[in-house]
Amino acid sequence: MNDISHSPSAAKATATKAPPEVPQESAAVPKMRAEKVSVHYADKQALFDVDLDVPENQVISLIGPSGCGKSTFLRCLNRMNDTIDIARVSGHITLDGENIYDKALDVVELRARVGMVFQKPNPFPKSIFENVAYGPRIHGLASAKRDLEEIVATSLQRAGLFNEVKDRLDEPGTGLSGGQQQRLCIARAIAVNPEVILMDEPCSALDPIATAKVEELIDELRENYTIVIVTHSMQQAARVSQRTAMFHLGYLVEEGPTDMMFTNPTDKRTQDYITGRFG
Amino acid sequence: MSDLIIVGILLALMALGYQVALGRYRKVTGRSEVRPHSRPAYHGLLVAIWCAIPALAVIIVFGLFEPVITRYVILSALPPEVRDLPTHELRGVMQRIHQIATGFGIVGEARPYENVAATRLGTYHAIWNFALVALVASSAVAGLVYTLRRITPRLRARNEVERVIRVLLLLCSAVAIMTTVGIVASLLGEAVRFFGFVNPLDFFFGTVWNPRFSSVGAGQGDFGLLPLLVGTLMISAIAILVALPIGLMTAIYMAEYASSHLRNIAKPIIEILAGIPTIVYGVFALTVAGPFFADLGAAVGLDISATSAFTAGAVMGVMIIPFISSLSDDIITQVPASMRDGSLGLGATRSETIKRVILPAALPGIVGAFLLAVSRAIGETMIVVLAAGNSPVLRFNPFEPSTSVTVSIVNQLTGDTDFASPQSLVAFALGLTLFIMTLGLNVVALYIVRKYREQYE
Ligand SMILES: Nc1ncnc2c1ncn2[C@@H]1O[C@H](COP(=O)(O)OP(=O)(O)OP(=O)(O)O)[C@@H](O)[C@H]1O
Ligand SMILES: [Mg+2]
Repeated sequence: MNDISHSPSAAKATATKAPPEVPQESAAVPKMRAEKVSVHYADKQALFDVDLDVPENQVISLIGPSGCGKSTFLRCLNRMNDTIDIARVSGHITLDGENIYDKALDVVELRARVGMVFQKPNPFPKSIFENVAYGPRIHGLASAKRDLEEIVATSLQRAGLFNEVKDRLDEPGTGLSGGQQQRLCIARAIAVNPEVILMDEPCSALDPIATAKVEELIDELRENYTIVIVTHSMQQAARVSQRTAMFHLGYLVEEGPTDMMFTNPTDKRTQDYITGRFG
Repeated sequence: MSDLIIVGILLALMALGYQVALGRYRKVTGRSEVRPHSRPAYHGLLVAIWCAIPALAVIIVFGLFEPVITRYVILSALPPEVRDLPTHELRGVMQRIHQIATGFGIVGEARPYENVAATRLGTYHAIWNFALVALVASSAVAGLVYTLRRITPRLRARNEVERVIRVLLLLCSAVAIMTTVGIVASLLGEAVRFFGFVNPLDFFFGTVWNPRFSSVGAGQGDFGLLPLLVGTLMISAIAILVALPIGLMTAIYMAEYASSHLRNIAKPIIEILAGIPTIVYGVFALTVAGPFFADLGAAVGLDISATSAFTAGAVMGVMIIPFISSLSDDIITQVPASMRDGSLGLGATRSETIKRVILPAALPGIVGAFLLAVSRAIGETMIVVLAAGNSPVLRFNPFEPSTSVTVSIVNQLTGDTDFASPQSLVAFALGLTLFIMTLGLNVVALYIVRKYREQYE
């Protein structure tokens, strides 16, 4: 088995006919590009030489069986792996052509540009307003109180939560329902005005209705943001993403337009995984 | 001697019961179609337990009646004129008889009637012990046989054992609770006796502490609590001022910044501080810290006494550091990692995350730790005895000698003590005061800690 990882270009080559909803990918410069990214947890290697392009203003899904390294890869993109003592990242990741693992790069600023929404909603034990205002406050995005209120309101609106909470902004964020909490976390991430949003199974704790809302939201957010989403739901990947990347045992198996991946995958493992034949 | 025999018999019977029960279980289940309810070990345990319970009941009942019967036996052996002696003299006589009977020896010659009574008591003891052993053994056997006969495949031995275990655990916690209640009751009782001598108002609001000696007798001393209370509060406050910032910063560093390698080395070292006996801290305060502070004061033109509230408080603070740091460390690490990730993921720095998310979330727990540390400081004695200068004068200057409530308790109860005098009884009133203070702090602390726990559920 020598097709351990496909480079993005190889995957593109297999995509003979681009589906209409995908913008002209060949011309677009990738927003983020990962080259030969490997991650070790202590002595155990969790990712092997992953090459992946994240195109701008699109949604890309990462799929693959549990433990294959999707979260690990996602956390490389905003250097959240730095917070894990035993994690070691090697390789090259760029954001707008700039190496994010450069010594001179400010991690804090990187994370403001590449925001993250976690698997389990994790609002701070503060009011709804303070949750959303958290990022703008630490980055000094609002000079006056009015500006801050403005940012909070628009972020909540974009996250589709404003109408549900506008009368109780000073109540604790932890008092919301699971789906509302997740949208609050999305609003919190948007409030910093990031360029890329990373989402790690954002709907795994939500019911179908809340999931539908979040998916709708992701589709809208695509206009202004670049989104990388990890999901275990094939339907979700098909619904929200333009491109899909399949991981297996720490390797990137293949990557391509979502339609292609689901109708005509090149790799046997992708085929097995999508049709639910994986052990 | 007879105690050992009883324990031996009981253990042997229980072991026997266990084994016999296993045998019987096999026989009963062997010829039955029914699927047995409980595993054999439970049947064995049940028999062993029901062997012990009646025996223990017999022992307890005998124990309750023993003093009454002994007294009756002795009295009936005494000549009437002795029997009619006043109570406390009679008590003395009985004490002597006991000692003769047990071969302990007494002061002076034994009087004839004492010898008679002692012999009678001896005989009676022999019979009593024999009866006890016999009764214990037979009741144990009775319990054993009865339970053995109950063994059928359907017997819910497992559930019954469960019930017995529950009662056993309940009894154990009852012991702990009763002890506490007993201590409080005796504190209260003695304190009330003290307040019979001294007006509570004079005690709680008096500004002079000069109890004199009970042996001198002439005139009563002054039992003003305030000088001691001010000393205690001042020393505790200094200790907390030293321990809280250092302990909290240590906790934050250990929980948030230190690598696991460093933490594994540093945490045990810090916790060693908590393992040093307080007397060692006291000696350190007296011989090293005190003179050092005095020199330091002299160098900067401050008049610092070597033994002072400051010395005691500072050294006590060092002692409390690990207390605060390890409690706060636990509390900070308990803040879910998702909070931390959420904040870092938004581009906050570590210290911003700590200040804005972690500390607010951990605050109630830290307040709880703080209050526990305060009650620890209030109750601390040895360091203050040695390092504070033992000067019960109402003063507010921390650089002068001072004392504390605990130290005064020690002073009042060492040497000659007469528990009928206010000089000794005051210790109970002081103890009660301390108890109420620390109890209050603990209740508040527990309440806060519990509230904190609910937060993430
Ligand atoms: N903090 C960690 N310490 C040690 N090993 C880790 C850590 N996080 C992940 N791993 C290991 O790295 C591998 C990839 O984990 P990762 O969380 O990236 O998988 P995943 O694809 O996100 O799985 P899932 O779908 O279950 O979330 C796994 O084998 C896991 O055991
Ligand atoms: Mg994952």
